[in-house]
Amino acid sequence: MPQYDPAVYSRILTSLTLGFHIIFATIGVGVPLMIALAEWMGIKRNDPHYTLLARRWARGFVITVAVGVVTGTSIGIQLSLLWPSFMRIAGQAIALPLFMETFAFFVEAIFLGIYLYTWDRFKKPIYHFWLSIPIILGSSGSAMFITMMNSFMNAPAGFTLEDGKITNIQPILAMLNPATPTKVSHVLFSAYLTCAFILAGIAAYSILKGRKHVYYKKALKLTMTTGLIFAIGTAVVGDLSGKYLAEYQPEKLAAAEWHFETIEKAPLILGGILTEDNEVKFGLQIPYALSILAHGTPNAVVKGLNEYKAEDLPPLYIHYLFDAMVAIGMFLMLLTLLYFILRKWRKGNPHHRLLLWAIVIAAPLSVFAIEFGWVFSEVGRQPWILRGFMRTNEGATTSEHVDIMLYLFLLLYLVLGIAVSRVLRTLFRNNPAEAELLALEDSGADKR
Amino acid sequence: MSYELLGITVLWTFLYGYLIVASVDFGAGFFSYYSELTGKKNVIHHIIQRYLSPVWEVTNVFLIFFMVGIVGFFPDTAYYYGTALLIPGSVAIILLAIRGSYYAFANYGSKKDNRFYLFLYGATGLLIPASLSTVLTLSEGGFIEERGNKVIFLYEKLFTSSYSWSVVLLAIVSVLYISAVFLTYYASRANDGAALQLLRRYALGWSMPTILSSMLVFFAISRHNPVHFERMVDLFWMFALSFICFAVAVYLVWTRKAYGLAFVFVMLQFAFAFFGYGAAHMPHILYPYLTIYDNFTNDTMAVALIVVFILGLLVLIPSLALLMRLFLFDAKYVQGQTKPAK
Repeated sequence: MPQYDPAVYSRILTSLTLGFHIIFATIGVGVPLMIALAEWMGIKRNDPHYTLLARRWARGFVITVAVGVVTGTSIGIQLSLLWPSFMRIAGQAIALPLFMETFAFFVEAIFLGIYLYTWDRFKKPIYHFWLSIPIILGSSGSAMFITMMNSFMNAPAGFTLEDGKITNIQPILAMLNPATPTKVSHVLFSAYLTCAFILAGIAAYSILKGRKHVYYKKALKLTMTTGLIFAIGTAVVGDLSGKYLAEYQPEKLAAAEWHFETIEKAPLILGGILTEDNEVKFGLQIPYALSILAHGTPNAVVKGLNEYKAEDLPPLYIHYLFDAMVAIGMFLMLLTLLYFILRKWRKGNPHHRLLLWAIVIAAPLSVFAIEFGWVFSEVGRQPWILRGFMRTNEGATTSEHVDIMLYLFLLLYLVLGIAVSRVLRTLFRNNPAEAELLALEDSGADKR
Repeated sequence: MSYELLGITVLWTFLYGYLIVASVDFGAGFFSYYSELTGKKNVIHHIIQRYLSPVWEVTNVFLIFFMVGIVGFFPDTAYYYGTALLIPGSVAIILLAIRGSYYAFANYGSKKDNRFYLFLYGATGLLIPASLSTVLTLSEGGFIEERGNKVIFLYEKLFTSSYSWSVVLLAIVSVLYISAVFLTYYASRANDGAALQLLRRYALGWSMPTILSSMLVFFAISRHNPVHFERMVDLFWMFALSFICFAVAVYLVWTRKAYGLAFVFVMLQFAFAFFGYGAAHMPHILYPYLTIYDNFTNDTMAVALIVVFILGLLVLIPSLALLMRLFLFDAKYVQGQTKPAK
């Protein structure tokens, strides 16, 4: 057994909590938008199928929100429990977005409660739709503010640190640090994209299981359309993120790309493995691509890992995470494009079994992409907790019981994870859409 | 008013808000489970669910707000409390996590009113106030020690202290009392006679233990932290007012006069006691290590936080008012005539 080191255990526990939380947080950010879209379509087209879609999504959403809220509470409190010295500094410089995040969360919580219990309370359905807007603003807003906090850790700005004393603080500058624009937009777009695919996966799976009702096809069309838009958005922002990294955190980009020598016309390496003396084997080289990703021109010089001291470098395995994230992103974009070509092309069959299976597989993959992306981003700024200011080890608690807490929380997340999937499965299995569709058609509400 | 005092007042007010809404919530969970055990589930269960369903998520935000705010205004609290509270803090998080998620599983999942879920929900409702009250106990000093670079939490002292146990007792008992009075009011709004009778009995039943355990805390604090006790004696009028409000509330419930007003008096009772306790605690946040003047956040951040706070309230207050109008003061909803869509 290695010696007990609270910093190591704090890192593991924080990544465990965050890794679990971001699944539900992503759903919390993206799904309200999808629900609102479906409700809007239902009202505008006077099509009860879309309204039913919104309702069924909302029903499952509540369950995931509960887990998102409680794990979010966990990480909110754990920040102070596990990283007290870091929070001392962060409290001085970056408390503002954290504070704003709670207000956004408040709005979301209040209006979600109202939204869920007022489906039939207004004479005009559009009033109910308007209630979804504060939910979307609240959930996306809290994602935005919390990501600003994380951006600050990557690109600290707006303060001066001298001998452990922090002075000359500009809260707005700290919030709108260089990493903020790309991080926030990448987080939002990828969350919307992931949720579109999670819901598309469900629709595709239902069609594959022989559900013939047009309801499922409408669900697939809506989710894939949004998927296409956000896939393109995510890719564009991803490219901008690369340019941000090249300028402000070149060591992260270099580590992600196994780029050792500072050279111009730098190639991009896909896949491969790294030998012990830092040679890349079996990698696929794309000439100029890294220069283009980093600076937008094929001849640009890209800074390499050899320029840095070894103790300032992140671990090099993040290359695999980066590649996996990008590959999944490309795969998602390809699927949405294919779906559209097949839809528009008269002889095409957008419900081909292979395509549907690919969409089913893409749903969990998109969640993996979120996880890979976050691990890449977080591990990529090691050894810093505040890049350039505070090493991760200096921020950690000195408590002697982090290991026990780690096991306790591991158990908690296991139980919650299993429970939530079982509850969701039985929820939809015991009340299949067919039954509700039948009720809809019986009531004569379906005019088409 | 200095920024420091303004900051702590804002936070204390939010903590008070949490105390009230969370008490109603925690107590309701317990009563819900208890009524199931005693076979009276059908009497009060639906009343409780109708109130809790739209608001359960909001309760948590009050707590988060306090946590974030205290680190924002007083960054050193993260250092002292953060290190010391790892275990009690984590236990409280785990209980909150179990409670929140199993509430949703029990109410929105397909197997409604699963008995085991209800048990988890009810039991945690009493354990959470106990574990959260530890923080207030710690703030009195004597349980945390700074040795060199380390902040150490003295568990044995906490577990053997009569003061800490009296606070735990007060926390649990007042949760049940606050909750029972509120639910009595809610049942009377719903014109639900049977639920009203039962809840009124609970409210009266928990009133005496509440006032007795508050006195116990008074007594225990005089032995544990005489300095603080002296200051509380200086503010004796606040505690006297608190007692008068208590008497009025019990009278109103006893004579079945005005349940809404009774709940207002319960809120006042706890407001006077809570703010009296808080004012006497000043200027210490953690006795004797930390006062509100030590390492208060810089002025720029304080101003920014206060501005955001005011802007936030501008959004928050109308939203909360809307929530209350739709679910608390809407007679049709309270009486169950508008069915929540499933």
